[in-house]
Amino acid sequence: MSALLSARDLRLAFGGLKAADGIDLDVEAGEFLAIIGPNGAGKTTFINMTTGYLKPQGGSIAFDGQPILGLSPRRIVGLGVARSFQLPQLFAEHTVLQNVALAVASREGRLSLWQPLLRPAIREEAQELIGRFGLETVAEVRADALNEGTRKLVDIAMAVALRPRLLLMDEPTSGVAAAEKMGIVETLVRVLRGAGVTAVFVEHDMDVVGRFADRVAVWGQGRIAALGPPRQVLNDPEVQRTVIGIAPTGGLHAPA
Amino acid sequence: MSRRNEALLALLGAALVVALAAAVPWLRFVLTIALAKGLAVLGILLLLRAGQVSFGHALYVALAAYTVAFAGGLVPEALLLLPLAALVAGLVGLAIGLFVVRYREIFFGMLNLALSMVFYSVLEKFYAITHGADGIRIGPVTFLGQRLSGEAAEWAVLGLALVLALGFGALVRVALLSPWGEALAGIKTRETRLDFMGIAPRRVLLIAYVAASAMAGCGGALIALTTRHVTPALAYWTTSGELVFIAILGGAGSVLGPFLGAAAYELTRVYAAALVANAWQMVLGIVLLGVIVFAPGGLWGLITRGRKAA
Repeated sequence: MSALLSARDLRLAFGGLKAADGIDLDVEAGEFLAIIGPNGAGKTTFINMTTGYLKPQGGSIAFDGQPILGLSPRRIVGLGVARSFQLPQLFAEHTVLQNVALAVASREGRLSLWQPLLRPAIREEAQELIGRFGLETVAEVRADALNEGTRKLVDIAMAVALRPRLLLMDEPTSGVAAAEKMGIVETLVRVLRGAGVTAVFVEHDMDVVGRFADRVAVWGQGRIAALGPPRQVLNDPEVQRTVIGIAPTGGLHAPA
Repeated sequence: MSRRNEALLALLGAALVVALAAAVPWLRFVLTIALAKGLAVLGILLLLRAGQVSFGHALYVALAAYTVAFAGGLVPEALLLLPLAALVAGLVGLAIGLFVVRYREIFFGMLNLALSMVFYSVLEKFYAITHGADGIRIGPVTFLGQRLSGEAAEWAVLGLALVLALGFGALVRVALLSPWGEALAGIKTRETRLDFMGIAPRRVLLIAYVAASAMAGCGGALIALTTRHVTPALAYWTTSGELVFIAILGGAGSVLGPFLGAAAYELTRVYAAALVANAWQMVLGIVLLGVIVFAPGGLWGLITRGRKAA
């Protein structure tokens, strides 16, 4: 077993809503795992529990064999788990270069008080990373002046700058113009494969999932309804009906 | 603005202060007070970077001033009293900071205000120790063991204030450009991101808070050494408000802003008080309204805007 992340029997309910109702999931080192499912199924909740933002009411999560449940987000980041956000979380009054440079500088965990942020070593690494994401042209632009697709990429670049072993991405392509979408994902996959990062991403676009995921996990009411290679899962009639919204051809259970 | 230009302007300003103090003797007192307040406002500027406004910063000014008053009888040496006062202010800042950095915005501001008013009441009510509203007179102090009197003592305090202003100004400027300084500014725009980068925002803010208390302490000690008399009014909320007023007047864009603002504030106050004795607060209010409406970047913003246009 080379499971990098291993969740067992995670349980969390918000009042009557079960966001996690016995989640068991192993993420293998090096794979790209896509999480799909309808709204409210608990996809983001899973990411929030893994990153220490939410505490499950039951179950356990281990990263690289070490239990991480109950650790603060900061400690979990220190172990090598980074995340990006559905709504990009950028420092709006800083430039793209400063945003990424701050992520690079924070990798040591202790911030210098007298060396400038944009000293050569950090500036070069940030610029190189910005280059890999194809963001050179906006490096000096303030984060609040970017379009959504670019903001998404910067958000992910900041997570990659932490040199994580596991990257959790919450809807990396939501809010991105359809025309840009594939380009962004191509860039992303190239960078992540190049850096050898294991990735878990929540995604609603089945083309993206089909093209980039090694495995797909289908979330439904706090449970994993299906898990397997995209070809198998995406062609499952039940998944097509509940998640993708395609009526099975000739089926008896036409959606209402 | 480049580092060289800013350093040049700072030295130019220092030279101007010395020249003015030499030419117009009574301005020596006004300028020393302005520099002392500028130091305290420099701390406010640090907190403003994180988007936080303290409405109780006078607590540390008063704490340091009373430290000078109480310890002055035992060790009447200015160069020992000043670091001692800054240390006391910094340590109390650490104790209070551990608590207040958990809060943001209006809660942060109001908690600081509340704590400073508690201290004000203590100073006012414990008459046997603090002499209440009468305050405490500070006897003569020595500088490096030298007993200076009259004019020489005034120059010594002014010199001390100038050195501290230049020193702390340079330190703050360097710190604001460091990863810590940028993370501090990040608290204002996206605090949660810091957590997910492995940085503790509260620790970042706590460093700023303690530094701000220590700088306010230096300012308070200088005020005590200049006025030679401390009263609870130093801890009153109007003093805190004055510091925030100066921060807005001067502008938060540069470490020169606080000193520019403090000089403008003190000079306006002196001249307005002489000109229209009963309405000087109104003059100050109109000046501030003018700054907010026409120069949101403060006086410093006016300077950089003028340079860009030129």
